[in-house]
Amino acid sequence: MRLQVDIHKDFGKFQLDTSFEMDSGQVTGLLGASGCGKSLTLKCIAGIEKPDRGRVVLDGKVLFDSDAHINLPPQKRRVGYLFQNYALFPNMTVAQNIAVGVQDKAARQETVNRLISSFYLEGQEHKYPRQLSGGQQQRVALARILASGPEVLLLDEPFSALDSYLKWQVELELADILSAFHGPVLFVTHNRDEVQRLCQQVCVLDHGRSQAVMPVHQLFEAPHTLSACLLSGCKNVSRAQPTADGRVEALDWGVTLDPGRALPEGLTHIGVRAHYIRPVEGPGPNRLPCRVERVVENVFSTVVMLSTPGGNQGFSRLRIELEQEHWAALAGRDPLWLELPAKDLLLLTNS
Amino acid sequence: MLIFFLGILAAYYVAKLPRLVKGVLDVVLTLPLVLPPTVVGYFLLRLLGPKRTIGLWFLEVFDLRLTMVWYSAIFASAVVAFPLMYRTARGAFESFDVTLAHAARTLGKSNTWIFWRVMMPYCKQGIIAGTVLAFARALGEYGATAMIAGYTPGKTATISTTVYQLWRTGDDEGAMQWVLINLLISAVVLLCVNMLEKKDRRPRRRTVPVSGEVE
Repeated sequence: MRLQVDIHKDFGKFQLDTSFEMDSGQVTGLLGASGCGKSLTLKCIAGIEKPDRGRVVLDGKVLFDSDAHINLPPQKRRVGYLFQNYALFPNMTVAQNIAVGVQDKAARQETVNRLISSFYLEGQEHKYPRQLSGGQQQRVALARILASGPEVLLLDEPFSALDSYLKWQVELELADILSAFHGPVLFVTHNRDEVQRLCQQVCVLDHGRSQAVMPVHQLFEAPHTLSACLLSGCKNVSRAQPTADGRVEALDWGVTLDPGRALPEGLTHIGVRAHYIRPVEGPGPNRLPCRVERVVENVFSTVVMLSTPGGNQGFSRLRIELEQEHWAALAGRDPLWLELPAKDLLLLTNS
Repeated sequence: MLIFFLGILAAYYVAKLPRLVKGVLDVVLTLPLVLPPTVVGYFLLRLLGPKRTIGLWFLEVFDLRLTMVWYSAIFASAVVAFPLMYRTARGAFESFDVTLAHAARTLGKSNTWIFWRVMMPYCKQGIIAGTVLAFARALGEYGATAMIAGYTPGKTATISTTVYQLWRTGDDEGAMQWVLINLLISAVVLLCVNMLEKKDRRPRRRTVPVSGEVE
């Protein structure tokens, strides 16, 4: 089963412009900062919002097509939508909530019983949603969705309403449920760790524009765009300009770097992950002298903020992360020379 | 009853309208609340009187007089009490969490189902409050009723006009009787509403502390 999405919607200041495809048995992460149109994309797929233009096709069945004037109502799309706050009906018990999803009246009681036991909700049937914990509420919401027999699942930040100590457990449960589901799953989040753990591929959404779908490991090892790089958690980014001899001038860091490979078309930024930066003894290629600005002790590591030859504000700063003992041996050096290894330099474009 | 359904209907649709239209409609629908009842009565007479358009049309087509008959009092009460029902119901609908409706729709439920099974229970408190207010206002309505229905004992008399008439003609005892009847009706209705609210709250009281549960 295949879900194809290509939608455009104009809000004046904000334009939604997303297109991607996904297949059964895959969890696709839709990764983006808050307010970039992630939830809006889901709503367009589910039929709650109407896009201005575009197509949504599920397994050959057209759900929306602006050219052919097709716009199926949400009731006919068979799209399961897990809302951020789960949207359980407060006036109904757990069993009643799940029964809402069952279309076939004859099999209603049986289906509800089956789902209650497979979602570990025994003993909770007659409670109201507000009497349940966040994790239980999520299970009820998922059971209700699966009761309606959806062909695709849309999950809108399913962990944002949970306490952090509950999150881990709920995430494991969700992973099990998702692996048992046969259709495509679209998972919206702003959290790179959730993408890493739950998704097989990822689509980065930046200010309403979607980028190419890529495998999850690529997001972390070799992101191509600035927004993907920032969303993947890379903290060290500088504006960049190619030089005549094929190297890159990192404008914010005040240094010229040699990535040792061909530069992509339209290079605008260069990045490097904090844990790849190596403290070294003295000058050399891809090295720069830095001055320690701030030291932050974490539980197991030390984060050091350094000013570069480019300055000591904003993107000019470099951030490195070291083991505590390692840092103890380096403290007091001024300047501290750092090497940005050529193979770990991320060459980034704007889109 | 009339006000109950009309008020909810109006509130349901107005709550969905864009802001500008909503503002204008809101003023029109709420106006009877702030106008003196006699002014409302005057407007009703202008509209429904036997020589005015609507009144004349009804007279010709159905051979029905709309003023100075018992059901005129209903018009008057309805018009005056309507805004109370409408405003409270609208407030309740506007605080409704639309994601609940979205969720029901993706689960394949019709809008009618959503309205009766999700929206109405969710907004119950507001709707009950509106009904009580509207009822109280309708029962106490005097000015507009007196103008449009007049006072014909046994025909177009309402409790409030009767009390006034009896007192004016010096029948203190009769007035007292009607006052007591009025008190009784009001008390019974309020009691019923209170019981409805309590019944509604009971199952929700056994709330288990949410954050303490880990599974």
